[in-house]
Amino acid sequence: MGTLYEKLCSDVRFVEGLKACMNCGTCTAICPAAEFYNYQPRLLVDVLQTHDEEKIEQLLKSDTIWYCGECMSCVTRCPRNNAPGLLITALRSLSQELGYFTESEKGRQQLAIKRTVGQWILDYGYCLYPSQIIPENHPEQGPVWDWEFHHLEGVMERLGANYKQSGPGVLRAIPQAALDEIKRIFDETGATERFEKIETFSKAKAEEMGMKLDEGLQNEYIKHIYTSNSKDHLAGQ
Amino acid sequence: MKIEGKRRIWEEYQKEIADDNYFYVRSCVRQNFFPGSEKTFLRYMAELGKNVFENPSHTTCSGIGYHTDIVPFRTAMTMVARQFALMTEAGYENFVTSCITSFGLYSEILETWNHFPDEEEKTREYLKKATGREFSKPKNMAHASDVTYRLRHEIAARGSVRLVNKETGQPLKVVEHIGCHYSRMFPSKGIGGAEYPYVLAGMIEEWGGEVVDYPERRHCCGFGFRQYLIQANRGYSVAASKKKFESMKPYKPDLILTNCPGCPMFLDRWQYAISEMEGITYGENGQGIPVMTYEELAGLILGYDPWDLGFQVHQVPVEPFLDKIGIPYDTEKKFLDRNGNSMGKPKSPSFLKFY
Repeated sequence: MGTLYEKLCSDVRFVEGLKACMNCGTCTAICPAAEFYNYQPRLLVDVLQTHDEEKIEQLLKSDTIWYCGECMSCVTRCPRNNAPGLLITALRSLSQELGYFTESEKGRQQLAIKRTVGQWILDYGYCLYPSQIIPENHPEQGPVWDWEFHHLEGVMERLGANYKQSGPGVLRAIPQAALDEIKRIFDETGATERFEKIETFSKAKAEEMGMKLDEGLQNEYIKHIYTSNSKDHLAGQ
Repeated sequence: MKIEGKRRIWEEYQKEIADDNYFYVRSCVRQNFFPGSEKTFLRYMAELGKNVFENPSHTTCSGIGYHTDIVPFRTAMTMVARQFALMTEAGYENFVTSCITSFGLYSEILETWNHFPDEEEKTREYLKKATGREFSKPKNMAHASDVTYRLRHEIAARGSVRLVNKETGQPLKVVEHIGCHYSRMFPSKGIGGAEYPYVLAGMIEEWGGEVVDYPERRHCCGFGFRQYLIQANRGYSVAASKKKFESMKPYKPDLILTNCPGCPMFLDRWQYAISEMEGITYGENGQGIPVMTYEELAGLILGYDPWDLGFQVHQVPVEPFLDKIGIPYDTEKKFLDRNGNSMGKPKSPSFLKFY
């Protein structure tokens, strides 16, 4: 499979999401990301329907494709049944496949997501896990979460959860056999391969940037991508 | 427009919700942040004589991983297929999900399989190879708020509490906030569609409250997946919530009611964060606007103890709302453990009234 456009067309979400855009701008008007970031879904769709390989490559290497929040408000409103939010999912997949995601500041953040959410899915069977939501990383969670975090087992027990225990219920320990099935699904369907690509391309980028990156979360590169905005990404700039 | 015409249009925005025998799957976000809500759902379902089954081996659907784009679509489809296989193996056909992100993902996948049957076939092969499992698709799929909406009359009939100000006798004003992935992609999957979702409004009206309309009613809470999970991006998230608060404030709502896992957490926590950053509060006298899940509100209607529902893990206190209705609560018990022992207390915020 040759061109970037052909690669995108192999993703059913791209086929489903791109009809013929008439540039009305309804998606941009309704888009929460366009209100905050220097981002217009209308322009993104417009670039894609040119089939211009150079422009598509620029897009895949840009911050632009990482501004969307995937709320899918654009899908509801498009009068031509386009789905810019779905196109974003296809673009982000291809950007990671080719390693282009490390060329943008927002794209580089994928490693931090892979090492948190991705790892928690494999380790716990949940996308989020309370012992990992550390108050220092989440000051916005406020004093109630800080209190709860330091009394997790007591609070969970008080509210009827089954935290870390066997059997059904809130935050039960997912049986090892089920976690093994998740791992095999990841191996069979490409998630393991994507995780490895995120790691490999990120390590090369960290080296290029002269930053230290080892395993886990406590290293220079992860802290940098988790906290930094080195340029102004905001709307109106 | 003639009444008959209105009825005909409205009928297009209804959905079928199974009456009983549900296979239940939980929400990652809600188990972390609102553990009492899922417990409450199962409690009132049992009291109303409904059969709800949970297999402890069900897992995340991988939805947050999918919408942060680290999990490929093929993987997400197979993870969802595994949940369907657990349902099939247990002999159920009605699938109920606690999570809106999951609900949206299940809807997206089922629609994808309709449009691209090859994708369903490939998913069946992946699942079989990885787990040995096979599945049937659900005959009926609903969100737990759909089921609660269906039961709103029975809940009102069993409960003694009404959403009425005990001092004035006036209905309490409630803002409803629907999770984006409930019906934005597939309006036909939600009660009332995407523009006029009625799933929460129907509960509010049935239970005696008044639904408040306001300009940014349909704006996203700002979760945005990667836009919250990465600290550098959180300005996106708080800006979206702030836009909503500023828009609803002039209408003086007594409560924000939600049906999405993330939304109540963000609409609760960002009120605290905004108060710390800017000294702004959105309720009366330095208070915030209380935020609740539909299960918490149903639990209040049914007379459950507020601390059994989990209000002690809200950053914006709900006591002002309880006071308006006249629901009793024991402040001394708010932060106690199951055996009545102290677990200490959270610190008070700088501006947002907490104690």
